[in-house]
Amino acid sequence: MMKNVFGFIVSLFALVFALNASAADLDINTPGVNAIKQSMQARHAQLAPLYASGAVGLTSDGLVTLRDADAVPLAQRQSANALVAAENRDRNALYAEIANANGHPEWEGEIRSTFAQRWIQRAQPGWWVQSGGGWSQK
Amino acid sequence: MKKLWIAFAGLALSACVTINIYFPAAAAEKAADKIIEEVWQTQKADKSGQKADKPAEPAEKEQK
Repeated sequence: MMKNVFGFIVSLFALVFALNASAADLDINTPGVNAIKQSMQARHAQLAPLYASGAVGLTSDGLVTLRDADAVPLAQRQSANALVAAENRDRNALYAEIANANGHPEWEGEIRSTFAQRWIQRAQPGWWVQSGGGWSQK
Repeated sequence: MKKLWIAFAGLALSACVTINIYFPAAAAEKAADKIIEEVWQTQKADKSGQKADKPAEPAEKEQK
């Protein structure tokens, strides 16, 4: 009896370790994630000048926004808005897709805030980023 | 004695659940960095060296 219970507990701990190991890495190599990544990569060539001019900034919730429309010539404002909207659609989909792909849809918020910090941290000098409600230039 | 074992097993089981729902912050950061590098192509440009320096500069500075 005692041995059986002990064996049961040992196997429980083995299960704990197995679960822990499986959670140690987030799977980002899924068709969904890759498709969104490629779409964002292609769009970045158009967004980069907007980041550099300060027209578009990185928000604290992991998205981008047109923070200074005057920095964009009137004729290009509509396409800048469309770029921002498309980028945010991809970013929202990316956070949800990573959470779903790892079997934890409820992680979406935490994944979003992790990304928000990393986008801002890795932003290039001159780009505008949002922190604590205010904007600052890297 | 038996009750003690059951309590212990229950504790172990709840540890299981706790670990399973715990958000892996470090792994998320690693995943985010990897994706950001690919989307912004920062890492590749840095590593290959030559490509990073030249094209970015002239156009962007004048817009300020």
